[in-house]
Amino acid sequence: MQEEEQHYIEDIAEMRAMMERSSRFMSLSGLAGVMAGIYALAGAWIAWKFFDFNPEQIDRNSANPGDLPANLLMVIFLSVIVLVLAIGTAVFLSNRNAHKRGEKFWNSTARRLVINMGVPLLTGGLLILILVSKGLIGFIAPFTLLFYGLALYSASKYTYEEVRSLGLIEIGLGLIGCWYVEYGLLCWAAGFGLVHIIYGIYMHYRYER
Amino acid sequence: MLTDGLHKAFERRIRLGIMSILAVNDTLDFNALKDYFDVTDGNLASNLKALENENFIGVKKSFIGKKPNTKYFMTKPGRKAFNDHLKAMEKLIQSQK
Repeated sequence: MQEEEQHYIEDIAEMRAMMERSSRFMSLSGLAGVMAGIYALAGAWIAWKFFDFNPEQIDRNSANPGDLPANLLMVIFLSVIVLVLAIGTAVFLSNRNAHKRGEKFWNSTARRLVINMGVPLLTGGLLILILVSKGLIGFIAPFTLLFYGLALYSASKYTYEEVRSLGLIEIGLGLIGCWYVEYGLLCWAAGFGLVHIIYGIYMHYRYER
Repeated sequence: MLTDGLHKAFERRIRLGIMSILAVNDTLDFNALKDYFDVTDGNLASNLKALENENFIGVKKSFIGKKPNTKYFMTKPGRKAFNDHLKAMEKLIQSQK
């Protein structure tokens, strides 16, 4: 009877593992979060120091909001670089993680995660392009936080549960940044930089060791 | 009876695995299922067939372009049998403590 009991215990453990593996993307790398945070801090510092980007009001007070100043174009270019670096690092490290766990990186849970993050992120991205074209530059940084936070919150069902609170923190920082526009870039650096690094370290020690 | 609720169709662990995955996924195609098991196509297909014959899982066939695509989902009787099996196993473990 002892053997049979052991058999059922193993059965149940296996079932639980299967349910988790097939419903949540568990290869997400904590180190990728740390790296993304470092890129974000570097990006925010460069934007502030070299391109003088720190909007103190919502719009640019320009007679012609259609033409963008050169430094704003550079900031947009810089943020694209930060984004590509962060996503590239996340894919690379998560792929390595998946292999270590003996799983495929691009499986049904990864697809679901990307789709669920994709809709809010794309919406936010397009809205921010509209804001830029209308000259509402003070809202750019806080709106990236808001939509990123919403994306994380909605995606948290499909990956680590901590992603939910991470999303809520980003949303909170985004709202603060909208109210106090002059602290928009600071909130952005805190949300994408500091919070990513803290969560990344926590996730790395909790799930990858 | 101690073994009330245990189902013969779930004696193989791979079938319990398939049922576990379909319990938390609305539908999943053959290739997505295959990612979770280290077995041949034929082996997985025959276990899916066995569960299908019990009416525990359903099959939706369609085409993506010219490629056939088979999607699997858990049926109502399948969910009941799966839950009963799980409860029976838990009871057996408890009764031996």
